[in-house]
Amino acid sequence: MNASYDVIVIGAGPAGAEAAATAAGLGLATLVLDEARAAGGLVYRAPDPGLAAHEPDGNAMRTRLAGSGATVAFEHRVWHVAPIAADDERPARFEVSAVGPTGLVTVQAAALIVATGAVERCYPRPGWTLPGVIGLGAATVMLKSQRTLPGRRVVVAGPGPLAPLVANLILQGGGKVVAMIDPNPLGRWFGAVTGVAKRPGLAAQGGSWLARLVVKGVPAYRGWDVRTINGRDGVESVTLGPVDGKWRPVPGAPERTVDADSVCLGYGLTPAAEIYRLLGADEHYVGALGGWVPVQRQGRRTSVARLYAAGDGAGVEGAAAAPLSGRLAALSAAFDLDRLDASTHERESAATQAELARAARFGSAMAKLVAPVASAMADVPDDTIICRCEDVTAGAVRAEVAAGVREINALKAATRCGMGPCGARMCADATTALMECAGVPFTEIGRLTARTPLRPVPLAALTGTYDYSDIPLPEKLDT
Amino acid sequence: MSNAYDTIVVGGGVMGAAAALGLARGGMRVVLCEARGLGMGASGVNAGTLSMQTKRIPLTPYAIRGYTMWKAGGDAVGFRETGSLCVAYTQREADVLNRQMTARRDAGAPIELITEGAARAKEPNLRPGLLAASYCAADGYANASLTGAWYRRQLAEAGGELREHAPAVRIEPDGPEIVVQTTHGALRARRVLIATGAWMKAMSEALGMPLPMRVRVNTVSVTERMPIVIRAVVTHASGLLSLKQAANGTLLIGGAWQGRGEAATFRGEVVPANLVANLRLAQYVLPKLAQAQLVRSWTGFEGQTPDFVPLAGLLPGTGNIYVLGCVRSGYTIGPYIGKLMADLMLGREPELPLFDPARFFGEKAPSTT
Repeated sequence: MNASYDVIVIGAGPAGAEAAATAAGLGLATLVLDEARAAGGLVYRAPDPGLAAHEPDGNAMRTRLAGSGATVAFEHRVWHVAPIAADDERPARFEVSAVGPTGLVTVQAAALIVATGAVERCYPRPGWTLPGVIGLGAATVMLKSQRTLPGRRVVVAGPGPLAPLVANLILQGGGKVVAMIDPNPLGRWFGAVTGVAKRPGLAAQGGSWLARLVVKGVPAYRGWDVRTINGRDGVESVTLGPVDGKWRPVPGAPERTVDADSVCLGYGLTPAAEIYRLLGADEHYVGALGGWVPVQRQGRRTSVARLYAAGDGAGVEGAAAAPLSGRLAALSAAFDLDRLDASTHERESAATQAELARAARFGSAMAKLVAPVASAMADVPDDTIICRCEDVTAGAVRAEVAAGVREINALKAATRCGMGPCGARMCADATTALMECAGVPFTEIGRLTARTPLRPVPLAALTGTYDYSDIPLPEKLDT
Repeated sequence: MSNAYDTIVVGGGVMGAAAALGLARGGMRVVLCEARGLGMGASGVNAGTLSMQTKRIPLTPYAIRGYTMWKAGGDAVGFRETGSLCVAYTQREADVLNRQMTARRDAGAPIELITEGAARAKEPNLRPGLLAASYCAADGYANASLTGAWYRRQLAEAGGELREHAPAVRIEPDGPEIVVQTTHGALRARRVLIATGAWMKAMSEALGMPLPMRVRVNTVSVTERMPIVIRAVVTHASGLLSLKQAANGTLLIGGAWQGRGEAATFRGEVVPANLVANLRLAQYVLPKLAQAQLVRSWTGFEGQTPDFVPLAGLLPGTGNIYVLGCVRSGYTIGPYIGKLMADLMLGREPELPLFDPARFFGEKAPSTT
């Protein structure tokens, strides 16, 4: 790894891998960093060593990246990104700090492509912190990367395409799905799928998931949601009931309890947009894209010069769209760095943009099924834990709102909600939703300030090997 | 005018909130306007250290009284009386520690110089090789992030009005009254108290009475929870470290290492090299930190006067605009100096002298009110 590159790509999922391969192909000195052992992201998660991959798309992607000439740094956790102002010798650039197998790594680049993907949205339900409850995204990692079933009798719950995908993978792995629960009525699914009929392959894919679950005889509860997850030391059963169009329980409707030893639960994806926020890029809230996303200009540019937004981290559009947005970002970076002529840039970008618009259609239709629904938190009992890192309950959040807190950072300060190791990835959407349900206008709630490190890092990895004399203490100690 | 407040407090840090509380309790009709949320600036993001060992000598009597007020806040402010231990590992540091702690003790702080053996008996996980150490039993910490919630509830009980997310954009004298234009409308009062910390410099400039303040961008970090490894607040003779472990097992690491950013934008950022230096000093003193996970680092903006003592009094050239601000010890002394300021504005004799801002405007050196 060098000290400096033309472009650094953060994240080697489908968007980041294609961005890096494209940039390297255009002759840019390119570095791509990722936490995982191999490229793939969540959707093309590489299997652990010794397990064969059966995702042809993922293998093709990994082969293309490996042959592209881009420098790849896996098992590198990026913990800080900062702008470096122009000086006499060099123009303005970015500095990326990461922790890898050899310790602290600091690299600079003229351009930065962020392709950090999405994280699961969680709407807590009583019992969701019991052992045996995992997210739908986590379930795909277990199933794809480790070929491990989440349990013997699994409830799979959540709107959108991830739940049928997970149920499907469980069935393929020889597991039993005891219930498929989706708060959206079936009609919304058909609406979404037929809305993308121009891409029959994808529509058929969505339809085949549904069809397959029906064939296997999995009991499906559409327009239902998880009420409570029950058990003492782990999941023993799940109580479910009908919900209305706003995902609120239908009063008086009969509930049902099914025996289960695990639950895969998720309410969609939220763009992992922390780096844009840390760098002060303009953001806006777009529910259909999953929440707060960077404001994009032509060619995946953001409001910060030479900072580009690729993949689901810039707004959830799906795996088919991701590589195209990555390629577009790389084309823009190459042009902005004077490494690509205007006519080639224009031609390539236009073609990629058109392809991206088509590909995003299915992803966007699916994303609408999983857009944030604040009212899903309206009826959660007060004693339900919202922030599992800090054991903050829904009641504690509601009490602070009643005491006058209107803004999410003040809520965090008052309750510790979001202060734990997950960096509020798990609770920010639920907390926002609770505040909305308690009557705070969305515009006043705002968004959590981005903090360094972007993910927890071992303190010793940052301090490294050093002597006392290496610490820059001032000459004059009397203050 | 009938709709005028007795006082508008601009700035909802610990000082402004404590002053507003004192004014409301003293019977004044008071409103506090704050650009963001109450206690969301330095008052809410500092490391919460309440230690006589880190205070400037002239502030010792204020710090002792401020400490008592935080202690009275108890669980609502996350107060813990843990004692504090200051350490030195070189002869140079030991000389500074011995000299400074003796002076602080002479000023009334209950600090004792102790041996390495005594220090390591209290905190066995400290790195051996201490050349000097000092201990103060009546020291501890509070949880700064609770500052806003604490004052929000007290102000509501005392009848003080609160306008959060209402930045003051202009302060204009209007006859005997003053109008504070906020983004959410105008407020009118007979007097104004400006307690905006790092933002005070810009406000004083706008009023034609520039205060000579610098802005510091201090870094604080927190680790994941880990088994209890220290009980006391630990500081370093250089003044560049504060280290404490909260009851939940997280370790808070401060020491005023500098980040960067502009107060005007409310955006500060960590400077990795300075963060690493801060962590290295912390890990040197407490080697078990090598097992910790760093969860979060952040910065806070702190206003600093050239003579390192607070501003507390009438802004020269005005008859009804007061300023209140501090540096370094602001969190510890805040509740107390806010109360003193309220006393002054209520026409009562403050229990201890305040710190007249006139000293920066060509008048005689530190006069007191």
